[in-house]
Amino acid sequence: MNSIATYNFAYLDEQTKRMIRRAILKAIAVPGYQVPFASREMPMPYGWGTGGVQVTAAIIGPTDVLKVIDQGADDTTNAVSIRAFFAKVANVAVTTHTADATIIQTRHRIPEKTLREGQVLVYQVPIPEPLRFLEPRETETRKMHALEEYGLMHVKLYEDIARHGRIATTYAYPVKVEGRYVMDPSPTPKFDNPKMHMSEALQLFGAGREKRIYAVPPHTEVVSLDFEDHPFEIQHFEEPCALCGATGVYLDEVILDDHGGHMFVCSDTDNCEERRAHGHRGVLAGHALEAAE
Amino acid sequence: MDLAIEGGFADPVLDAQGAFRAIMDALACPGRRQALPPGAAPPTPLTPELGSVALTLCDHDSPIWLDAILAADAAVGGWLRFQCGAPLTSDPTAAQFALVSDSALLPPLERFTQGSDEYPDRSTTIVLAHGATLHRLTLRGPGIKGELVTELPVPSGDFIAQWRANRARFPRGVDLLLVGDGAVIGLPRSTRISEA
Repeated sequence: MNSIATYNFAYLDEQTKRMIRRAILKAIAVPGYQVPFASREMPMPYGWGTGGVQVTAAIIGPTDVLKVIDQGADDTTNAVSIRAFFAKVANVAVTTHTADATIIQTRHRIPEKTLREGQVLVYQVPIPEPLRFLEPRETETRKMHALEEYGLMHVKLYEDIARHGRIATTYAYPVKVEGRYVMDPSPTPKFDNPKMHMSEALQLFGAGREKRIYAVPPHTEVVSLDFEDHPFEIQHFEEPCALCGATGVYLDEVILDDHGGHMFVCSDTDNCEERRAHGHRGVLAGHALEAAE
Repeated sequence: MDLAIEGGFADPVLDAQGAFRAIMDALACPGRRQALPPGAAPPTPLTPELGSVALTLCDHDSPIWLDAILAADAAVGGWLRFQCGAPLTSDPTAAQFALVSDSALLPPLERFTQGSDEYPDRSTTIVLAHGATLHRLTLRGPGIKGELVTELPVPSGDFIAQWRANRARFPRGVDLLLVGDGAVIGLPRSTRISEA
């Protein structure tokens, strides 16, 4: 006899899935609007992707191929544990290859490889309300969204410019969806914001603790907020990836020793591995790490 | 024999998942036909596609409004109550879903609940078993690359004008699922429709 309890397919009970599915459909119909939903307790703590996991559980089927990334990496704790969770409770195929996946659950990165039609990108969102740190009351932020009153957000960006001479926000950079709702793209680096614009993939956002689901359908306008004289711009990196030599990708700084040695490597591990498999080499690829000193 | 206990999904979990993905893709890509996996076998005049959508999305939390012909049929009401556990309502402003078996029986879209400015999600999703008449239309909006010129079985009459008013209420407004011939076509409130 099986010693562990058997769960329903994809862990959630069917009534919960229906409730989440209804919220997802309304979220798709009103792009960028945060639909409240009755978030359940999941077998992981808040902050570990309970919102994303519930969205994925509500949409996933036996023919799906799941990829999970944590800061672009397939091999970090959060990604590994969520991938193992769905391999166990939904018995689905899992992959690390962006191109092979039908559902990609992500914590704060968008894969470098351009997503295609039919793929679904599920974001784990900690704070879904872009106005929350400007106005703590939900009743007020809800009214601000209803009245399309987003002046406060521009004041915040302006204060950045007044204090730092530029817009200092580098992640969770607010966007406007289809000219209507200001939306938090989750704490992705602003480097990824342009990838959301007119993406061919469906983008779903789940915030478990805050109990909100929102969505960006394919081919939808997603514009980062800015000013005419301070246009939105993404991060640029001085040097290419030390392992695969890629430029124009998001890089993580890795400390190598306690003498100031460091390297910049691709945040997207799958993209980096694929490039190396195709023969691309960065300055540190194939050398011992001491070479950096 | 009680018809109410027959005709549900053979596999309630995976059949609902398959149907949901078709509905989700239909709303994410408006105007494009998505194959709805066969599943429900409800009593007529409820069509299999209407039945599948109801089984996939409706339960005790989502009141259903039925058109005059469906509402008059005791077997349909019994089947929906037994299979979905959903309350039936005769008030279109209280309905989270509306099942309509014939576009001639579809009331004006504005009679359904439209949601509020604060909670535009609290509006009716209309599921309409479409007719055979195709209308050549141009669609624009989220989910559509540029514009989509296609022939859709939308209701005849002043539907286009009604939809324009529905779009003008955005973010409030109703969402429409056209079902029939084993497929579902989504028209979310964000879609702009004009006659091509």
